[in-house]
Amino acid sequence: MSEHQAARRSRRETVTYASALGDRPVPPPRPRPRTPHPPARSEIDEQTTLGHTYVRSLMRSQLRAALTALGALVLLVGPLPLLLALPAPETLVWAALGFGAYPVVWAVAHWYVRRAERNERDFTGLVETGSAETGSAETGSAGTGPVGTGSVGTGSVER
Amino acid sequence: MNQTYAVAAVTSVVLATVLIGALGLRISRTTSDFYVASRTVRPALNAAAISGEYLSAASFLGIAGLVLVQGPAMLWYPVGYTAGYLVLLVLVAAPLRRSGAYTLSDFAEARLESRRARRLASLLVVGIGWLYLLPQLQGAGLTLEILTGAPDWVGGLLVALVVTGTVAAGGMRSITFVQAFQYWLKLTALLVPALFLLAAWYGDGAPRARFDAPAVLRDHTVVRIADTVRIGLAAPLTVTVTGSVDSVAYTGRTVTLAPGAHHVLGGTSLAFAPGSTLPERAADGSDPLGWSQPLAGGRDGHQLYATYGLILATFLGTMGLPHVAVRFYTSPHGRAARRTTLVVLGLVGAFYLLPGLYGALGRIYAPELALTGSADAAVLVLPDRILGGLLGDLLGALLAAGAFAAFLSTASGLTMSVAGVLTQDVLPSRASSRGVRHFRLATLLATAVPLAVGVVASKVPVADAVGLAFAVSASSFCPLLVLGIWWRRLTPPGAMAGLLLGGGSALAAVMATRAGLAPEGWAHTLMAWPAVWSVPLGFLTMVLVSLATPRRIPPGTPAILARLHLPEEITGAAPAQEARR
Repeated sequence: MSEHQAARRSRRETVTYASALGDRPVPPPRPRPRTPHPPARSEIDEQTTLGHTYVRSLMRSQLRAALTALGALVLLVGPLPLLLALPAPETLVWAALGFGAYPVVWAVAHWYVRRAERNERDFTGLVETGSAETGSAETGSAGTGPVGTGSVGTGSVER
Repeated sequence: MNQTYAVAAVTSVVLATVLIGALGLRISRTTSDFYVASRTVRPALNAAAISGEYLSAASFLGIAGLVLVQGPAMLWYPVGYTAGYLVLLVLVAAPLRRSGAYTLSDFAEARLESRRARRLASLLVVGIGWLYLLPQLQGAGLTLEILTGAPDWVGGLLVALVVTGTVAAGGMRSITFVQAFQYWLKLTALLVPALFLLAAWYGDGAPRARFDAPAVLRDHTVVRIADTVRIGLAAPLTVTVTGSVDSVAYTGRTVTLAPGAHHVLGGTSLAFAPGSTLPERAADGSDPLGWSQPLAGGRDGHQLYATYGLILATFLGTMGLPHVAVRFYTSPHGRAARRTTLVVLGLVGAFYLLPGLYGALGRIYAPELALTGSADAAVLVLPDRILGGLLGDLLGALLAAGAFAAFLSTASGLTMSVAGVLTQDVLPSRASSRGVRHFRLATLLATAVPLAVGVVASKVPVADAVGLAFAVSASSFCPLLVLGIWWRRLTPPGAMAGLLLGGGSALAAVMATRAGLAPEGWAHTLMAWPAVWSVPLGFLTMVLVSLATPRRIPPGTPAILARLHLPEEITGAAPAQEARR
């Protein structure tokens, strides 16, 4: 893991499953305990109810990223046929379909890939170390954590 | 066009394909290498291979022809082909790789734990694959005929032979190299002539292409009508005719045709004076026009609906195309599958900036192609038309090489995936006979069937076949993949009902249109562009039947969903190259 990523992690704030329950203190950032596996990971390995809850929370955050990307695509491309059906100058059609659509599609894809990888990194951090984030975790705002920070643990807290 | 250069160009593409395939053969040693290149293909190489495979002749030749005839609205095709990859990326890419399955049938079986669902998926994979192979082979025949005057079955046979040979010999590993090479060849073949053509166009005073009015011929032009057409005239037209117009035979006589519809017999030559307005080809439901006619004439007042139908089919259909899905199994892990798709979007998008350009130039310099029904050839004839001389011949040969690369690469990918499914699910097999030899037999079958159909049904319009493949895939595999990956309550009966109803109704609708059951009006539009209703139908059927059969939810659903979504670091599914060390 590069220093760059480590620096980025410490800036983000997320309410995690472990910290929200308050069942143990937030572990120190490094080094990660590799063996034996922390509890969250063995829950997943053994397919317990709690393990499934972890998986669901990851699926939910990934689905949210996917739907956001699709929403952006629908909003940006969806109305185009209607717009272009208006008596528009032909140049506009050429600009929109011949060139403009491609950077937009690529930008949405780029955003999604970064977002999905961040969700996975956060999740791996959560199950490997017991905490998605190694920085300051707020215990008080469980379930209302900021959406934009990949709050993978919130699903289980709500139960 | 100079035939020698064109033949040399096509020959060298074929030779290069066989050579690179042979190179891959030396590397490809195990069964795993053979099918999925042992999952060790790097994103950059894999992305070039995916793009090479995806950019078929419909992209290389067809889009320019469509734009030439119908104007820039046809650019929705390339936009849809590209955006389809975005939808694939956000909904399917990484989980599909992590499912560890090789074909869409494997996915259906792994997710649904049902042999019957697997068999149904296999049938659809083979069906969609053949639908898509047919136009590739026919298009190759058409191209070789235009280039060299060879009979139209020669090109298809040539492509089928080369593809069968390469795929059967080297499998996935070797076609990965071949297709990566063919992407760059296709891009170069379109980009380099485009720069020369643009320079010539600029030197010509940069005339504007007009799509809102009939095209005006710049020079004295002789148009030879290959197939009988009806033309519509808005104003009287003076033209020198050799052949038959409105059942009257002429030999080089100059006649003035009155406004209205006229019937021009195939084989007739029309000589236009400079400055003449080119007559428009009147829509006729029964005449096959090649790629240059969208699935059904988009100008019948329902264009907006047709556009949305096209958008839905291409956006959602890409993920279910067998040769696209199979490619994701060659990535080392889910994250690489995503990054690969991102690179693919860049490569495919860069390529699609070019065909529209050829369409616009074709409208200015070769508008009569719309009348002869060979608008697909616009890309090939433009260098000769605009530049001429040795330079025009050389650039034309380069474009011919690119076109052939397009046929070869898409046909290879389709053959690979169809043969994979045939080997596993269709051909009778004993435990000992599975393996590489069995696969080679399946390869032969995979190309022989569409080749035979192509020879017998020589006039199946290629655009219909391509559009049909997208619509069927969007209405069947798209719901299966999306619900299978994101919805825990999907059941085998639900999935099978959705596959049958969604895919089946899309297939039936387009077949009925081709058979001429609803020649015009809304019924025609609805059936010619089925995706708008057949995709929701497929989704709805899957959801409702699944909800009605809650006891049939596969017991392993939580485990497989965990495998689809968890990063490999957690599931412990080590990338193949690490496992082998």
